[in-house]
Amino acid sequence: MEMDWIWGLLGGLMIGGAGALYLLGNGRIMGVSGIAGGLIDGSSRSARAEGLAFLAGLIALPALLHLSGAIPVATHITSNIALIIAGGLLVGLGTRIGNGCTSGHGVCGISRLSPRGIVATLIYIAAGAVVVVALRSLVGGL
Amino acid sequence: MRIILALIVGAIFGAGLHISGMTDTNKVQGFLDFFGAWDPTLAFVMGGAIVPMAIAWSLTRKRQPVLGGEFPQRPDPVIDRKLSIGAMLFGAGWGLVGLCPGPAIASISYGGLGGLIFLVAMVAGMRAAPPAKRLLDSRTAAA
Repeated sequence: MEMDWIWGLLGGLMIGGAGALYLLGNGRIMGVSGIAGGLIDGSSRSARAEGLAFLAGLIALPALLHLSGAIPVATHITSNIALIIAGGLLVGLGTRIGNGCTSGHGVCGISRLSPRGIVATLIYIAAGAVVVVALRSLVGGL
Repeated sequence: MRIILALIVGAIFGAGLHISGMTDTNKVQGFLDFFGAWDPTLAFVMGGAIVPMAIAWSLTRKRQPVLGGEFPQRPDPVIDRKLSIGAMLFGAGWGLVGLCPGPAIASISYGGLGGLIFLVAMVAGMRAAPPAKRLLDSRTAAA
């Protein structure tokens, strides 16, 4: 548990390294909601094959790490189906209306000092914190 | 080549999310729980990710992407209603369940039924976004 921050830092460096490769190699921003959303609503056009390959890698390596038993992870997702559906709808809708999520606005936006990325990140962290505090105090758990 | 690089980028990104604990909803909701037992891991992930990314942005000046194409233009620094409402809705959903799009997709193989239901709902939300955006645009134009 005390070592979690090292894993966080290491994983973060990998995430940023991946984003750097995508930017310098393909000239693209590694934003998951943009890549997935573009494939879903058909707005990605020329980036279709790259987007699908990106998603394949994103699914395959964690699957390998988990299923091989090398680094198993529990998601601890809530068993409350209503919460899951509401959360999924809000995340899908919000990231596409606001044009980015944690990877696009957070990692790629803040690192280029984009005012939009910084403002969006402050807003979604604040909104998330309000909801978590409300869940903890009103429902008494998550 | 571009497609192979995209696959590698996705894989490194997925592994980074996986080992950093970001596919564990407890760690994400723990980070958002500023007044409870705060878990700072997500801040280390963000900080770690921003460093290589900032270096990459600095290298984009006076250059072209190695595999062709153009670097993305800087978007107009407009903080409009779509950005703030979108970020607010996203943050609320993120807090409710503890998943954002990257980890939701990366954990598809081990997220169980709950993870799959979240993904289906997220795709539905993404599908609903273009008309919702048009509505926000038309209301802004009318105001």
